[in-house]
This record gives sequence, structure tokens and C-alpha cells, in this order.
Amino acid sequence: MKRVYVNEQWCLGCHLCEYNCAFANSGMTDMAEALKGKTIFPRIHIEGDDKISFAVSCRHCTDPICVKSCIAGAIRQQDGIIKINKNKCVGCLTCILVCPYGSLALGEDGVMQKCELCSGNACDEPACVRGCPNHAIVFEER
Amino acid sequence: MSVDFIYPEFEVIRNENRCIACRVCERQCANEVHFFNPRKGIMQSDETKCVDCQRCVSLCPTRALKIVKSDCTLRENANWQSDTIKEVYKQAGSGGVLLSSMGNPKPLPVYWDRILINASQVTNPPIDPLREPMETKVFLGKKPEKISRDPIGKLITDLPAQLELSMPVMFSAMSYGSISYNAHASLARAAEQLGILYNTGEGGLHEDFYCYGKNTIVQVASGRFGVHEQYLKAGAAVEIKMGQGAKPGIGGHLPGTKIVGDVSRTRMIPEGSDAISPAPHHDIYSIEDLRQLVYSLKEATNYTKPVIVKVAAVHNIAAIASGIARSGADIIAIDGFRGGTGAAPTRIRDNVGIPIELALACVDQRLRDEGIRNNVSLVVGGSIRSAADVIKAIALGADACYVATAALLALGCHLCRTCQTGKCNWGIATQRPELVKRLNPDIGSQRLVNLMDAWRHEIKELMGGMGINSIEALRGNRLMLRGIGMTEKELEILGISHAGE
Amino acid sequence: MKLEGQVRIPSGCAIAAVISREGNRMSGEMITEAMKPMHDRSNGLGGGFAGYGIYPEYKDFYALHMFFDDRTTRKECESFLKERFEIVKSELIPTRKIPQITDEPIIWRYFVAPLQSVLASMQVDEKEFVARTVMKINTEMNGAYVFSSGKNMGTFKAVGFPEDIGVFYKLDEYAGYSWTAHGRYPTNTPGWWGGAHPFTLLDYSIVHNGEISSYDANRRFIEMFGYKCTLQTDTEVITYILDYLVRRQGLTLNEAASVIAAPFWSTIEKKTDLEDKEKHIYLRTMFPSLLVTGPFSIVLGFDGGLMALNDRLKLRSMVVGEKDDKVFIASEEASIRTMEPAAENIWAPAGGEPVIITVKEGAEI
Repeated sequence: MKRVYVNEQWCLGCHLCEYNCAFANSGMTDMAEALKGKTIFPRIHIEGDDKISFAVSCRHCTDPICVKSCIAGAIRQQDGIIKINKNKCVGCLTCILVCPYGSLALGEDGVMQKCELCSGNACDEPACVRGCPNHAIVFEER
Repeated sequence: MSVDFIYPEFEVIRNENRCIACRVCERQCANEVHFFNPRKGIMQSDETKCVDCQRCVSLCPTRALKIVKSDCTLRENANWQSDTIKEVYKQAGSGGVLLSSMGNPKPLPVYWDRILINASQVTNPPIDPLREPMETKVFLGKKPEKISRDPIGKLITDLPAQLELSMPVMFSAMSYGSISYNAHASLARAAEQLGILYNTGEGGLHEDFYCYGKNTIVQVASGRFGVHEQYLKAGAAVEIKMGQGAKPGIGGHLPGTKIVGDVSRTRMIPEGSDAISPAPHHDIYSIEDLRQLVYSLKEATNYTKPVIVKVAAVHNIAAIASGIARSGADIIAIDGFRGGTGAAPTRIRDNVGIPIELALACVDQRLRDEGIRNNVSLVVGGSIRSAADVIKAIALGADACYVATAALLALGCHLCRTCQTGKCNWGIATQRPELVKRLNPDIGSQRLVNLMDAWRHEIKELMGGMGINSIEALRGNRLMLRGIGMTEKELEILGISHAGE
Repeated sequence: MKLEGQVRIPSGCAIAAVISREGNRMSGEMITEAMKPMHDRSNGLGGGFAGYGIYPEYKDFYALHMFFDDRTTRKECESFLKERFEIVKSELIPTRKIPQITDEPIIWRYFVAPLQSVLASMQVDEKEFVARTVMKINTEMNGAYVFSSGKNMGTFKAVGFPEDIGVFYKLDEYAGYSWTAHGRYPTNTPGWWGGAHPFTLLDYSIVHNGEISSYDANRRFIEMFGYKCTLQTDTEVITYILDYLVRRQGLTLNEAASVIAAPFWSTIEKKTDLEDKEKHIYLRTMFPSLLVTGPFSIVLGFDGGLMALNDRLKLRSMVVGEKDDKVFIASEEASIRTMEPAAENIWAPAGGEPVIITVKEGAEI
């Protein structure tokens, strides 16, 4: 299965992935309209400092611990992609606790959100990958 | 404002309706033009620092930015143009020599643009490169005067060392130091993939790149930076750099700020020391001295590698080339006055040397008049911008072209001409690690390969149109060229007829 | 309007040739007839013939065929020749007055031998000396033009259709063991006899059909070695290339053919005969500027043989046929059928594949 991988050697810490993610999941067609003046809630985020940085997002584990831990049964694995049913999420944050990578975060609406590889929005491939100026984030089979 | 205040050359125009304050411009500008004003919640800019490298414009996700030329003007004066006046202000303030980078930007004639290429109609057929073989392979090096046979009459097929190129283009000298590790990695990998060569320039060869030796020309310049036996043996050819088109008559300059870490080790000079190459080679004060260096290098490399002598195109270039052709050199590289550089005194860059088109034409003709054109191959550089320039250069008489500026553009360079500051936002002309990493060699090498593949296709199309299916049948084929809007004298030097003749 | 030599004139053409492998002599009438079915391949602006073995009684002397604009030029040229040669015979070339051929210059021939004293002082061999003299006359002497300079061979050319030119020069009265012929379709009207073909240097003669695209690359290269391309024609430059490769460099005809119509690199790569592969790589690397591209079919006449060659893409027609001791070459099969209705083994040689026919050893030519 193709997954998002990051290569910290080439990450510039420009944070464009975060904005591209937020826009891709906004459901809007104009980036300025979607993001201007708003706090963004991207499903990928940059860790690090100005020396070394890298993007963190869901790794879509084959044996995902978040799915097992979800008390509401809101997280499921579908064709390898780990997805959240926002209607079922009760906001207990257990998944945040168990995820070893820190890949999940609370969304704007107070329930959990996570990277679903842009499978649920209008992008063909993950927006973070497409917008990365230095190929530090790639979408590939490994 | 003080007497030496110069109004910023560029203005940063930010479309407030589009700016989402993502701050990518701020993070990507090594010149620190952009900053976030938390009180107002908006991005602001200090255009005094802007060099118009376009990095912020290219990365802004909402196209909220553009950089425009400032319209704050001095009173118009055809003689005292504003650049001239501002240079006086700068020098009055600093007392220093003005420095610039990249090629001569002055509106001097570009002869390539005044030369038109022929095509076949009726009397002979154009050839379709999609359907017929079209050859671009070139061998550079000395060709012997006579064939020889063994006692039973079989041809003896030994030749002096030759360089084989899949197409008549090479990446010209750019030193490690003036450009980054990743830029060198991109060039080396692309050269290997393309079956051509790149050139180390005068900064030595980083140990990581010895594996690309078959596709490397190692340079020996007047500073002898990074030159040792293994280095000479690592490459496919050795180039003696006598001069450079951007700054004929002076040596290379690399400010100490760029001599850090591996650059210092590769050059074999202390960190932080300015690398100022002497103007001449101090063992070459005349042509007979050059011959000695040529043969020293041949001895050092067991006569297995062609020796290139690179010179700047200057007034007396035909006679100089004739001397070099008799010095034992296998290849002459001529660099025209529009060639790029990482740092040069502005006055020299803009006023010294001659156009490569004229230099090439007169050198090729001179070597033929003297019957020694076969002694050497001719490589020309100094602003070869496209496949059409390559075709025109070959038809004027070149064996191959050197390209550097076009290669840098492929890597992301936006020709802001401030390489000398070492703050290249595109990760090319810098040694700051956070900037160097902006050039991913996976991307860089692929873009170089793409560019050369595109040129190769265009070269084949143009050749096919002329009814030529092998690049050697184009070399020196000046009948395929016509001039447009040139004087008799210019046409005479170029050895071509005017369009319509 | 500019004359041939002042400007480059592309042209289409018809070529034909015949040789007897036994060295049997044939009258020039047959080759004249052979041009008739290819009438439309010429336009009346040039044609000519070369015959080998036609001067057996003077076979040790160079036969210089010359055009002169006027009598004074001829006198001047003759005194120049006398300084360098012993002239054993000097005469008008016999012609027939026919209405189709007009405006002829003075057409003269000399049978000469170089003066040994001059040769010794210039330190060159006889052939080089003759070649240099021809080049000198043709470039420096206005109104004089040497159009044939070999031993026991001669070229006959004019402005007109080739079949008329054959009659004009009374070719039926000559007998040679090989003949080549040319009819020309130039794209303007220079009306100069010297511009017609075959083109010759020493005993090499070339008839050629095509317009090569490598012309100026070839010309500028070959001119480094003392040749002067005064006519700016393909035929001229190809003649010089062959003279350079065969006489001066010492390549065989086959090797020379591999230089001017070199196989593609991709073909060379695939060769399994390593010696052959190495030879081709060597020849292409050694003589890149003598590769000839663009359409051509040529017949090279030389002492004792003919070589036919097409460009490597075969962009011009050329067929070869045989009958008994004779081999025929022509742009069209119809021409071969005119010479020999029962010609056999007609085939079209592949591009770049030389066809070399020589008179068998020992035959009296």
C-alpha cells in the first residue's frame, strides 16, 4: 500500500504541508477564502527546529493500536487506510494517548481528526505530498 | 535620509486579500525581508533587503506575492542612467570595488539572436527524427594527421585520448564552494545519466563524487585549490583554467564565508580564508610555459586523459587559440564575455572580453587557415541559452558547448545575481546548511536531465530540418546559417551570408 | 546573375556508368544512348561524360582538358604550362556543330608530363604536383579552366542535354573500358560549361546526383589540405574528399566509403565482428568532418575501376545490373536496359554500401 513517508534530510520546515492539508480538508475551492484569518487544524504538522525538521502524520500502521483503543468504535481500517467516523467520536482522546507517533489531534469541531491520505476529499493524492517543494514528503509503496 | 541612501530597487507587493499569513515567505527568505506583525496579524516586508530571487513568490501557496521593480526614479538621463548614478553613490560610501555575479546583463548585441537556421525544401529532403536515426554523439580530442597501418596492412586504430559525449553539451566549470554540495551532486548525477561531463571548477573534487569520475572534468586553476595526484586521475579529462569569460584577466574569487567545512577540506585551504586565485598561473607567463604545464598534466595522468585549456574570449583570441592548438592541448574551451560567475568585479564583468559568437567564428577559421583545426576540439561557453544556440555554435565550428547558467536555472536559480552574498535562497550558491538542503539532488539531477533531453530533442528536430542526420555534418557548416540585421563586417567575421543571399 | 562558384546551386540529376571487367573497350555511343530515357532528369543546363582507357597512345601523359574564354587566355595559360610541363601534344578537342549545343568556349587538350626539375625543386610527387597546378589554374587564372587532368582518361562536358553533348563531342569515335555519364537539373541558369559534370581531379572523376546537407562542413574541412572548392558543388567536394582519403591518407575505397557514408553508431554498436567494429569506430572518430549527409548517389571513376555509393539513408535512386563482362550502374533501370536489354541481376545497393568493380588483373587497359 502507498503511504506518506517523510525524509527529514530534505524537510525545509516551511510548513506548507500544514496549510495544504488544512485547505484540502476545508472542502473549499479557494485557499485564501478557506484559511485567511483562521487558526488552522492540519492533520500533518512539522516538528523540529531550524536545524532539523520533519512532518508528522498518520503512518497507517498495519496493526493500528488506535483502532483497538477507541472506546466508541469510531476508528476503523478501510483498505489499509485508517479513518475516523466523526459522528461516533466521543472526544475521549484515548487514541492520542496510545499513538506512539503523535499523529492524531483534536479538530476544530472538538472531535478527533487524522490524516486519511486525502481519500475523503477532492485531492487525488495527499495534498501535503503534492505541495512539498523539496520532495521531503513522498507518497509511495515501500 | 543620508546622502548615500538608495531607494530599494524592488517592491514587495502583497495582496492582502490572498495572504493567509502562513509565513512561508518569512521562513524561506534568507535575506529576512518578510516578517509577521502579531499586533496587526499581518505579514509585512522590508524591501531594502530584497534581491528579487523570487523564492517567496514561488512558494507562496495563495499567489499573494509579487516583486516588482520600484518606480521611485531619479530624473531620467540617457548618459547618467540610474544604475550608473547608484554605483557612484555606493562607491562614494564604501570606497570599494563593486562586486556582481552571473553574466553581463548589459544590452550588448546577442549575435545568436541575429543568426537564422536553414531548412530543406524540395531540392533535398528534411529528415524526420521520429522515424529515422539522428546522431548527436561527439568525440572530443586531438585527431592524428595520418592514418597508419601495421605490416600486414591492417589499420592501426589507436587514437589519442578522446572524450565521448552523447550530445554536444557539457556542464561547465562551477566550483564546489561557489556552488553547494547538492548542486554538485545534481550536476554529477545528471552528467552520468546523460552520458556527458560536468566540470569541478577550481574548488577540487569532494570525495563523495569520485565515483562520477568518468563524467568529470577536473580543473586546474591558478590557485591550484584541491589539486593532487588522485584528483587529476579521478576525472575523464583535465582542464587548465587560464581565464573565464565573466572576468578575463583575473582569477577566481571565493569569499571566506563560503570556505567552511568540506569546502575548506576539498580546497585544501583553512576555513574562513578568502580563496583569491592569482590572476595568472605563476608558472605560465607565456605560451611555451603553457606547453610545459600541459605535458606535466599529461605525464601525471599517463597520457590517458585529454587536456583542455580554457581561456576567456579576448581581442586576440584567434592568435591565442592558435598558440594553444600547438601547445599539445587536446581541447580548447573558450568562454565568452556573457559567461556567468559566482563573484566578479562589476566593471570587469561588464566591460572586458568579447562575444563568444565572434570569438568562436574567428578561432575556428584561423585554425582552419593554419590547417591545425584537427589538432584540437573546440568547446564554447558564455551564455549558451538554448538548443538553438547549440546548433548555431556547432554550425559556426564548435565541437561542443559548455552550459552553466542554463544548468543553474534548471536547478532553480532565478538570476538575482547576488551569488557573492552566499545567501542563495535556492540552495545553489551558498554553503549555509539550512539553505543547501533546499536543493534536493533527486529533483535537481532530474531537472537537468529533463532540460538536456529537451535540448537533445530540439537539436534533432533542427538537424532533421536541415537534412542532416549526424551532428558532425553540422560542425562548421556555416552555409546552414544566415545573419539578420548585421553589418558586412559582422557577417565577415562570422563567415556567414546575410538572410536573402 | 552569379556564376557557379560565386554561389552554391543545388541540382537534381541523372547518372549512368558502365565498365568491362575484362577491360574490353566500348564506344562512347552506348553511354550517350543510356542518357536518353532519363531525359527528364536533366533540364538542358549541363551534362557530361568521363571515359577511361580512351587515350592508349598517350597513356603515360596527363591529359589536360581545358576551357578557355578566349585566345589570349589560352596563350597565357600555355606559357604558364610550359614552365611546368613538357607538352607532347596540344590540340582542339574535336566537336560536331549541332544546333542543340551553342556558345561553346575554346575547348582544348594538352598531353603533358611534369618537368622533373620543377618536381625536384618543389619536393612533391608527380600527382600532387599536377593536382596543385590544376588548383592554381582554376582558382587564379581568369577565363581558363581545367576540367580533366588524368592519365588515359578524359572528361567531356557542356551546357545542354547529355545525349546531345555525347554527339557534340563525337564520343562514338572514342573507345574506353569504362564510362560514366551525367545529366544535370540545376536550379538556376548559370550557363557555364565548367559547372557541368563529371568533376575530376587527376584520374578520379565523379558523377553525382543529390544535394548534400553536410556541404559546408565538408568543404571547410577539406580546404585545410590545399583543396579549393571553386565551384561550390557537391561533386567537387566529394571528389576532393575521395582524393584526400584514398590518395593522400591511403585508405582503401571500402574504408573511404565507410567514412563518407559511415554506418550509424547504433549499427556499429551491434557489430559482432570486433575488428570490423573497431575499424568503424576509428574511422568515424578520425574523420568526423568527412561524413557526407543528405541525399547522394555517386559513381567514382578511377584508373581501372568504378565505385558506386549511396548516402546512408539511400535518399537517391541507383541500380546496378550485369551482363557477361559488363557491369552497369544508373539512376534508373531503363537506362541500363538501353545499354543492355538483357541485363541480369539488377539490384538496388543499400544506403552506404559501396559497389566496387575493377578491371581484372592483367587485362590490358
